[in-house]
Amino acid sequence: MSPDVEAAVTDAFREEWGRVVATLIGMTRDWDLAEECAQDAFALALERWTRDGVPRRPGAWLTTTARNRALDRFRRGATEVAKLQELAVLSPPDDPEDDDESGVGDDRLRLIFTCCHPALPLEARVALTLRTLAGLTVDEIARAFLVNEATMAKRLVRAKGKIRNAAIPYRVPPAHLLPERTGGVLAVLYLLFNEGYAATAGADLVRQALCTEAIRLARTLADLMPDEPEALGLLALMLLQHSRRAARLDDAGDLVTLEEQDRSRWDGSEIEEGVGLLDDALRHDSAGYYQLQAAIAACHATARDAADTDWSRIAVLYGRLAELAPSPVVELNRAVAVAMAEGPAAGLELVESLEASGALAGYHLLPATRADLLRRLDRRADAAAAYREALDLAATDAERRYLQRRLGEIE
Amino acid sequence: MKYLLMVCVDESIEVSEEEALPDAWVEEMDGRGVRQFGSRLRPVSDATTVRVRAGEVLLSDGPFAETKEQMGGFDLIECKDLDEAIEVASKHPGAKFGTIELRPLWEQ
Repeated sequence: MSPDVEAAVTDAFREEWGRVVATLIGMTRDWDLAEECAQDAFALALERWTRDGVPRRPGAWLTTTARNRALDRFRRGATEVAKLQELAVLSPPDDPEDDDESGVGDDRLRLIFTCCHPALPLEARVALTLRTLAGLTVDEIARAFLVNEATMAKRLVRAKGKIRNAAIPYRVPPAHLLPERTGGVLAVLYLLFNEGYAATAGADLVRQALCTEAIRLARTLADLMPDEPEALGLLALMLLQHSRRAARLDDAGDLVTLEEQDRSRWDGSEIEEGVGLLDDALRHDSAGYYQLQAAIAACHATARDAADTDWSRIAVLYGRLAELAPSPVVELNRAVAVAMAEGPAAGLELVESLEASGALAGYHLLPATRADLLRRLDRRADAAAAYREALDLAATDAERRYLQRRLGEIE
Repeated sequence: MKYLLMVCVDESIEVSEEEALPDAWVEEMDGRGVRQFGSRLRPVSDATTVRVRAGEVLLSDGPFAETKEQMGGFDLIECKDLDEAIEVASKHPGAKFGTIELRPLWEQ
């Protein structure tokens, strides 16, 4: 087989798998059949494209082929149900939006919303999204989430069973449900991204590739929902975080702080795209959770170094984030930004009130932040005590090494 | 699609008649053609469980499972899909002080 054809099929798989499966589910309402027919179509593509050349529109070729496979099966089935299904496939509804109040016609969007339906357990939403939309195999998904293949297969079977038996609808939710359900979809994609981002360099490649898959899915979602600023915001956030991947770990595999990262190793094209998407999103004038985080990431991404960073803007953005989604970790980050913008004393005041609230008791970054601020105020003894407190709480060796180094600098 | 809507409540929780009154809900769901039938249930102190083991009928007083929340009522509803069933369940007054379980009926 020629490497050209193989590459064409691989590209088509990446680009078209989700679309083919989504269209087939739309026609047949049978998730297993849709996956099998899509698989058959890609297998056939390898053979036919070698013989006849790569078609001009590979996606259309694959969809037609998969649809014909489904028809073959129904014809062989010859039951009453199969007859009805055959009819549905032969005459797809003229108006694809007939039972869809959202006005969005693409089957992939229906598939995303159905995979991420809140009546399914979160882990199943993630697995279904990877299987049906991204086309990962069950084995790959199992490896990415560190469970065995049988467990993952069972999870998928159960989820598909519930979609069928409990009648989870295959549609984009109507307007009154849309904001809430969209939030759920974005959360699943961001979880996927973070799973990949947290994977260490030595981790399974499939696990590391989750970031790329999450970005691809977020891009699809942003394309399909161009008027949803949070979808753009999420894609921007992922790209801006991903742009730092080459600089965020040192040779020993330890996390490098943002301040100390070699910024020449950040990915300029991802930053550019992320900043552009964020601008588009912010033009809608309804900043949400992901846009605010992307805006913070953009402040870092566009600064020459830590000192050049627009810390006052970051402090304001964390303030808005705290209003939207109150969290003591966001408050702590705001304190750091305030310290950079207005000086360590102002930051220390916020850290101390956070400490008094008890909300982050046992979290090592709280005393570690206080220690850094005390060090910058030249209150060495207090700083050393706070570093020791943080050392007692730190969970990993890498964190302890970092704190020990800081402690050594002031002793 | 038919679902059994089970209203599960902690019988020890004090709820005013007004809060628990499902009349408005029943009226709406009957009107929409969603609700087929249903009823409030007497408390578990009036329940009897029945088992047959080795041909012998075994009875005991009380519910089949000693859990805090017990079924206090049920409705059989007919909905377009799970989203509609969720909407119907979330409007039931019992959802505010108890838990509602939706179970699709086993139909072919």
